[in-house]
Amino acid sequence: MPTTLTESSAGVGPSWDLLADLTDLFHYPFMQHAFLAGTLVAVVAGALGYFMVLRRQSFAGHTLANVGFAGAAGAALIGQPPVVGLLVFGLAAALGIGWLSERQGAGSGSGQWRQDIAVGTVLAFSLGLGLLFERLTSSYAGGIYAILFGAALGVSDRDITVIAITTGVALVALVSIGRPLLFASLDPLVADARGVPARLLSYVFLVLLAFAVAQAVQVVGVLLIFSLLVTPGATAQQLTTRPGRAIALSILLALFFTWVGLTIAYYTPYPVGFFITSCAFVTYILVRLTRLSVNALGRNSHSGGTEDATAQEMIMVERAAQ
Amino acid sequence: MNSPSMDLDAASAPSALDAAESMTVPRAPRSGPEVFTLEQASVRVGGHLIWQDVSLSVHAGEFMAVLGPNGAGKSTLLKALLGLLPLSSGRISVLGAPVRRGNRAIGYLPQRRAFDADVRVRGRDIVRLGLDGARWGIPFPMLSLIWHGERGRAEERRLQEVIELVGAAAYADRPIGELSGGEQQRLLIAQALAPQPQILLLDEPFDSLDLRNQQAVSALIQRISQEQGITVLLVAHDVNPILPYLDRVLYLARGRAVLGTPAEVITSDRLSRLYGANIEVLHASDGRVVVVGQPEEVSYHANHAH
Repeated sequence: MPTTLTESSAGVGPSWDLLADLTDLFHYPFMQHAFLAGTLVAVVAGALGYFMVLRRQSFAGHTLANVGFAGAAGAALIGQPPVVGLLVFGLAAALGIGWLSERQGAGSGSGQWRQDIAVGTVLAFSLGLGLLFERLTSSYAGGIYAILFGAALGVSDRDITVIAITTGVALVALVSIGRPLLFASLDPLVADARGVPARLLSYVFLVLLAFAVAQAVQVVGVLLIFSLLVTPGATAQQLTTRPGRAIALSILLALFFTWVGLTIAYYTPYPVGFFITSCAFVTYILVRLTRLSVNALGRNSHSGGTEDATAQEMIMVERAAQ
Repeated sequence: MNSPSMDLDAASAPSALDAAESMTVPRAPRSGPEVFTLEQASVRVGGHLIWQDVSLSVHAGEFMAVLGPNGAGKSTLLKALLGLLPLSSGRISVLGAPVRRGNRAIGYLPQRRAFDADVRVRGRDIVRLGLDGARWGIPFPMLSLIWHGERGRAEERRLQEVIELVGAAAYADRPIGELSGGEQQRLLIAQALAPQPQILLLDEPFDSLDLRNQQAVSALIQRISQEQGITVLLVAHDVNPILPYLDRVLYLARGRAVLGTPAEVITSDRLSRLYGANIEVLHASDGRVVVVGQPEEVSYHANHAH
């Protein structure tokens, strides 16, 4: 299935009559599928993306996506749908990365470095494997293109079913572990001492991330996945410092990027992936610029020396209390 | 800015929690009930003996420092008390029961670096995790208020109370990454205090703080210990900021432990026997105590006697 639109709709602009446009937009089953799949993917990717950014596991997410390339190519080799390969390879890679991460010391810089090297080695190997699989399946060039850049408009009924199941599993899991996962992400040592199964949670999180990646690859592809996994979470953290609100906002942003991307793509002959990533990019840049200017203004009104004042005041208060 | 001691009364008045009552309780006598006990406890990490046959008991309300050179097993002792590290032999009990991980009666402040500057989560939400972070569910406080009703409101009150207790009300709503080391440390102490623990285990809480903040934070810990009757076990590299407040000192070296008042333990004789080397404790004219001759030099200051 091509990533650009069919002849019938390409080049026809919106009428700016909302009801008519919406009817038009959802007239074709492929657009219904695209919106349904895109919505489910955006909800999971937005929620998990917040935690991924917080946990600084973007590289792990990137690796899981690229492992998906090998998975999809491998699935094609044995005549299975790509999503099967995405899930199997993603799960194996998630457990592998979890195992490698465990060898890292308690947040020490050198340990972090070693984890990156190990994950990077896995990443390179999986890409090599994907290359081999792709060469072995001679008729797969179009499929590879869809895996790398997404095929939102080619989502099948079976894909929708798989996406709906993984979305359900991921959301139920996240609703159950969200708070301890936040604790373990921000403060692993204290969370561990307070009885949070931090080790188990890091595995569970990587498995959920593999689910999210396997889904999102079908909409935005391996190479564009960060527009749904990283940008919404990172943008939300710029806009609010309350974790609950940031998760909700991250989901809303992912939905916004997906819907806007799909809608614009419907009226133009250009690929969906481009519009989703552009929308994410522009939003992130706007938010960063706004925050930078707000900070610059704020810095002028608050002069330095707060720290000294606080410490001095604390000493006086403590002396008075004794 | 608000002064924590004044806010305390206002905040505690409508509280249903018992922290308010316990604030006026005087310091428990040293012969109070045993908070934790070690009986001939030994710990090995990766086959390497850290310390052995350590027997001691700490009483309710005591303020105790754990001192010793690097690698003597100071942090290991805290981890053993938290149930994070099994003993190779002997017994530990906390509040009359065997140690278990996740005990809400113990507040813990691990040795750490500061939060990175780009961590954009409010200080208040970091403190809140001390109350509800170990509970399953999603981190939406609003939902918790609607769902749990009175418990949710009691937690909100406790959160505000504990933030005011450490004097962090003025900056608790700012992202933790943007705060100074001293401000972060106060919020983390609030997080440890939030579930109203009876014991506070602090691992090098003055690390990476400047002298002024060391004094402020040590005075804060001492005040909390005294007002709330909390037993404090504090691992320190430099006993300087806390020496005036200490009830007892546990000195770990060469796999063994010596326990007693600072005046009893930090002497040439006791430390020489502990280290098995010639150690000299010098008393400077301004009240400072300096230990010389140990593998790494640590100085002790006692110039702020109260």
